[in-house]
Amino acid sequence: MQTYYSDLLVIGAGLAGERVACEAAQNGFKATCLSIVPARRSHSSAAQGGMQAALGNCAKGEGDCTDVHFIDTVKGSDWGCDQEVARLFADAAPIEMRRLAHWGVPWNRVVPGKSFYFKGGEKFEKYEKEENEGLITARSFGGTAKWRTCYTSDGTGHAVMCTMDNRCAQLGIDVFDKKEAISLIHDGDVCMGAVVRCLRTGELEVYLAKATAICTGGFGRIYKATTNAVICDGGGHIIAHDTGLVPLGNPESIQFHPTGIVPTDILVTEGCRGDGGTLLDCNEERFMHIYEPEKAELASRDVVSRRMTEHMRAGKGVKSPYGEHLWLDIRHLGDKHISTKLREVDEICHHFLGVDPRTELIPVRPTQHYTMAGLRTDKDGAVYGLKGLYSAGEAACWDMHGFNRLGGNSLAETVVAGGIIGAKIVEFLEGYETKFDTGCINSAVKKQQQRIHDLMHGRNGKLNVYDVRNEMQDALMKGCFVFRNQQGLEECVETLQGTLKKARKVGLVSDGIGPNHELAAALKLEGQVKLAMCIAQSALMRTESRGSHNREDYPERNDQDWLNRTLAYWREGADMPELSYEDTTPLFELPPGDRGYGGGKIIPADEKYVKERTVKSPVTEIGKKK
Amino acid sequence: MGRQIKFEIFRYNPQRKGDVPHMQTFTLEETQNMTLFIALNRLREEQDPSLIFDFCCRAGICGACAMVINGRPGLACQTKIKDQPSKITLLPLPVYKLVGDLAVDTGVWFREMYAKTESWVHTSKVFDPTKEEERMDNSIAEEIYELERCIECGCCVSACGTARLRDDFLGAAGLNRVARFVVDPRDERTDKDYYEVIGNDQGIFGCMGLLACEDVCPKGLPLQNQLGFLRRKMGITALKDIFKKK
Ligand SMILES: Cc1cc2nc3c(=O)[nH]c(=O)nc-3n(C[C@H](O)[C@H](O)[C@H](O)COP(=O)(O)OP(=O)(O)OC[C@H]3O[C@@H](n4cnc5c(N)ncnc54)[C@H](O)[C@@H]3O)c2cc1C
Ligand code: SF4
Ligand code: SF4
Ligand code: FES
Repeated sequence: MQTYYSDLLVIGAGLAGERVACEAAQNGFKATCLSIVPARRSHSSAAQGGMQAALGNCAKGEGDCTDVHFIDTVKGSDWGCDQEVARLFADAAPIEMRRLAHWGVPWNRVVPGKSFYFKGGEKFEKYEKEENEGLITARSFGGTAKWRTCYTSDGTGHAVMCTMDNRCAQLGIDVFDKKEAISLIHDGDVCMGAVVRCLRTGELEVYLAKATAICTGGFGRIYKATTNAVICDGGGHIIAHDTGLVPLGNPESIQFHPTGIVPTDILVTEGCRGDGGTLLDCNEERFMHIYEPEKAELASRDVVSRRMTEHMRAGKGVKSPYGEHLWLDIRHLGDKHISTKLREVDEICHHFLGVDPRTELIPVRPTQHYTMAGLRTDKDGAVYGLKGLYSAGEAACWDMHGFNRLGGNSLAETVVAGGIIGAKIVEFLEGYETKFDTGCINSAVKKQQQRIHDLMHGRNGKLNVYDVRNEMQDALMKGCFVFRNQQGLEECVETLQGTLKKARKVGLVSDGIGPNHELAAALKLEGQVKLAMCIAQSALMRTESRGSHNREDYPERNDQDWLNRTLAYWREGADMPELSYEDTTPLFELPPGDRGYGGGKIIPADEKYVKERTVKSPVTEIGKKK
Repeated sequence: MGRQIKFEIFRYNPQRKGDVPHMQTFTLEETQNMTLFIALNRLREEQDPSLIFDFCCRAGICGACAMVINGRPGLACQTKIKDQPSKITLLPLPVYKLVGDLAVDTGVWFREMYAKTESWVHTSKVFDPTKEEERMDNSIAEEIYELERCIECGCCVSACGTARLRDDFLGAAGLNRVARFVVDPRDERTDKDYYEVIGNDQGIFGCMGLLACEDVCPKGLPLQNQLGFLRRKMGITALKDIFKKK
């Protein structure tokens, strides 16, 4: 068996993982990154919109500062975030964007003079100052007070990913692709590395390191309908959670987007509705105005997703071989608008549907989009429960997003958190030596060999991997999607308990030899069902609505009882997750208040509790003014 | 009822003892808006779980799913069944090492290319976190971005006659990568430095200029212009060199 050593093992080579690795390598440590796909294919490269940082260079960003970015982030989180972390993030973001510029990102820059922009279908004028020419510019994204989203044309994630990967090549970091971590190696206290399956040969390999960082992105693929890449399947979460020592933070906190196209759930932009597109049902009739008379299609992501789901539940969905959906209609916007302002949508329709949006309707449905849920870390990125284990990016619940992350804040999080946590790992590595316990390593490898052998030979049963996976995905879609209520969640948990038993009895149909995909799917299936159960059970217990977590039976945000974060553990041998709770934030720079949108009643927190934790901050004044 | 689609798929798993390359036929009923992504996943989940192929983003942005579709390299996720005849032949991309069935190893090829072309900004400047960013003209930023749009799918290299003949050829993707740094004012390399890397048969002089590369690029990158641009630049550099030596 091949064994590889390094100071830092990074599982995942998206933006977060590679940024962490760069920090270690720059400080003289040997870093190794693993990835299922070549690094640049990581899901980070799919983000088109951009990343938030309060540079304040462009006209509509004037007066922006890290305090305002902080406020937007905390409000966006529906006060579910750790405010210390949100502060670290907002303060470091501008520096990190400049660093990226230095490394080679071709950010769009300020062009002085007059130009136009659109808002709600209306045309406005703006003037960019001469003196700011050539500085990094920004565009507007939903939910922010200022234009703050740095971008590179329509491919921000791709461009930043290229630069980051180039930086890794320059620093001589080993980035190995087609390598999938399938288990952590640990002794109950300290993490020593991972058992990895090579997706070229199917062989197992061992990667040992003084520190390990899990940066494996989101796990949208446990839902049937998701905008996420097929590799966003929770592998990193599973191997950590499976130790029984590491909790998932806020598993119930999952973001949905109203317009994924059917069948493949590729995202089409909110811009369609912003510019005047409408949603239609099976009778090709509008319905959003019935539910939301004022805002109709222009209500926020969560609200539109909820109403669409409600309408489909009422039997107004369009039947298709891929399940029910609704229609997005942009025909009336006309050829000129579609081929200029909505070019990307036009291309998606053309390439993936063969639909001409000028004359045809676009099939859409609400779709899982982002996991605020993740491996719970402290503000240094250290994962609870195991020494030497870290996490960053979408995989982590570092917790600057709370119950809803703002557009543009997650891509920024990958590099900002990567930098901050990378530096903390360097501190950890400095002067740290460890011993690798060969007994632990051997037993971890043996366990995986045994699992593989059992799956290949149907030793535990012969249930079909894909059938069981479908059952899990359907259960989540049904009971734990945009809308949640007690009955639905109870049913979901019950179904998943059955699914878990089935997951333990799957066996391969194929021989499982070499880079076999069925085996890869089988190896993570039980862990996926456990993640699904953590989501459902946590959502069942949380009897309030906060951010993306929406309980029909508890519509108010309840700060009195629920100003806390769920921690979901899965103890060895257990059949259900074990939930506990911790304060959302050790201190308030911005005491709980109204988000400013989405309506809904708030049951206030205990005044004394808030007062005791509130610290003096420039934000208190700015916050009051708004 | 949709059409019955016949898939002729290349099969070979190098890890399986005694396996030999062969073609295998599958049949699937076409459903609405079916893409090759959907079809191949259905084949794997419903008919033969040993089938090996790669997808990642399934949205035409990551480059993972390139294969030879009815004789032409392209992205499988972007290929709609309704645009294809009722018999579809699928082969893995040539040039790259075969992983199994339709999956090839583009990762190693591209990482070697980064190393050869030193694919990063070469600068003597040190980043100062307390300072404002260095300014850049927006039009230059956009120009760089245009060249950086390559998703490393490998289609261009697979379609290239030179790349099939010599495995050390940088290919259009590699040469395009060099062009990206040539236009970047932050990179302090000179034409002579670039000449060292691409002024040879593995680089710009190996290209026969038949432009199969640009034809198949799913991102529509202007590969032809870039190859011309570099050839002129390198031609001049070579001439300068010859005169200097005299
Ligand atoms: C369609 C879409 C558009 C988006 N647009 C925006 C936007 O405009 N702005 C914004 O801020 N955010 C956006 N987001 C969110 C943002 O893109 C992601 O949150 C972010 O890129 C995640 O980066 P990451 O580095 O954490 O993980 P990823 O980039 O997902 O990388 C994960 C890495 O882990 C590897 N991996 C996974 N499992 C394993 C394993 N078991 N073993 C080894 N390696 C493994 C993968 O191969 C990959 O390299 C968007 C998301 C989607 C889905
Ligand atoms: S033009 Fe050059 S790089 Fe392109 S296919 Fe022909 S030989 Fe290859
Ligand atoms: S240049 Fe085009 S064809 Fe070649 S690898 Fe890049 S995207 Fe693919
Ligand atoms: S799967 Fe990403 S381009 Fe096809």
